[in-house]
Amino acid sequence: MKTEQLIDMLSTNVEPVDRGQLQRTLAWAVAIGGVAAFCVMLATIGLRPDFGTGTKLGFLVLKLLFTLSLIGVGTVFLIRAMFPGRDARRPFTLAFLPFIAAGLAGMAALVLASPSVWRSMILEAEWAGALICIPLFGIIPFVILIWALRKGAPTNLRRTGAVAGLVAGALGATAYAFNCPHDSLPFIAIWYGTAIALCAVIGALLGPRVLRW
Amino acid sequence: MLAGLEGDAAAHKALPEKLSRHLRAYFKGQLARAGRGPVDSEDLVQETLIAIHTRRHTYDRSQLLTPWVYAIARYKLVDYLRRTKASMKDVPIEEAEEVLAHDDPAAVESAFDLDNLMSHISPKARQAIQYVKLEGLSVSEAAARSGMSQSAVKVSIHRGLKALALLISGTGRQ
Repeated sequence: MKTEQLIDMLSTNVEPVDRGQLQRTLAWAVAIGGVAAFCVMLATIGLRPDFGTGTKLGFLVLKLLFTLSLIGVGTVFLIRAMFPGRDARRPFTLAFLPFIAAGLAGMAALVLASPSVWRSMILEAEWAGALICIPLFGIIPFVILIWALRKGAPTNLRRTGAVAGLVAGALGATAYAFNCPHDSLPFIAIWYGTAIALCAVIGALLGPRVLRW
Repeated sequence: MLAGLEGDAAAHKALPEKLSRHLRAYFKGQLARAGRGPVDSEDLVQETLIAIHTRRHTYDRSQLLTPWVYAIARYKLVDYLRRTKASMKDVPIEEAEEVLAHDDPAAVESAFDLDNLMSHISPKARQAIQYVKLEGLSVSEAAARSGMSQSAVKVSIHRGLKALALLISGTGRQ
C-alpha cells in the first residue's frame, strides 16, 4: 500500500473530535470503580458497625486520607498518561509520598507505644483480610480503568498499568476502610500499603499486555 | 492539526503528508541505529499515521504538536522492536552508514496490500470505508447507497480503521 493512498484514505471526510472527552471518561471510570468497589464491600463483608463514632471515625478518616490521596495523585498521572508527549513524571513521583507519609506515621506510632503492644498493633488477625479484600475489591475498578485508558494513547504501558493498579487498589482500600475493624497507624501503613503496592505490581505486569494499541 | 481536529479535511491532509516525510526519516534513522534495515520503516510510517489519525483526540491543543507526534512514533518504534525481539542495545554502529546507503526515499510503499487488508475486516466496515474513505462519498451519500443509517456508517468506518490498524500492527510482519 502506498503511503499516499493511506493519507488520502485517512484524510477523506474527517470527523471533528470532542474536546475533554478523555478526561471525563477517566474521571467517570474512577467514580464508577469506587462505587463498584463499595457495592462489592457491602455485598460481601458489609459495613463496620458504628464506624461513624469516636476514635473509629478518626481512624476511618486517616485511612481515607491515605487512600484518597493515592487516588488523587494516581488519577492526575493517568489523565496525563493518556496523552502522548505529556510529562507525567511529577505525579508519578508524588504517588510515593502517601506511602512515605503513612510509613513515617506508622513508625512514629510504634516508637511512642511500648514494644509489648507492637505485636497487636501490626499482627492482628485482620491483616490477612486486608491483604485479600483490598485486591479483590480492586478488580472491578481495575477493569474499568483499563477500559478508559485504552481510549487514550498511553506510551509507557508498564508504568501506566502500575498506576492503574495503584488507583484500583486504593479504591478497593477505600471501600475496605468502611469495614476494617483494626485501628492502628502501623497496621494502615503496612497492610494497606502492601495490599495497594501488590495491586500496583499486578497492574505493572498486566499493563503491557492489556494496554497495547 | 487544529483545523484537522475541527474536521477540515484539506488541512488534515496537508499535515500527514508533511509528517510522513519526518516520520520516514525518523524511522529509517532509528532502525539503522537498531541494526535493522529500512525495509520496515514504511510499515511503521503508515502504522504511525493511522495511530495519529485514530488517536487524534489524544492531542492536547494547549501543547506542541511535535512532542505528541514523536511520542506516538517512539511508542510504535519500541513496540515494533519489542515485537520483533531485539533491543536497542544490539546496535552495530558500523552498519549504520551501509544501511543508510540503501535508503531510497522514493520507495514509499509498505508491505501491506490494501485490498488484502480490506478483505480481513467485516463487510459492513469494508463497504463504509470503500465508499467514504476511498471513493470520497459523503457520509450521507454512503448511507443512502448502502442502506445503513448515517451513524452506522460513521461507526463502521471507525471500527474498520481500528481493525485495519490492528491488522497492520499484528500481522504486518512475522
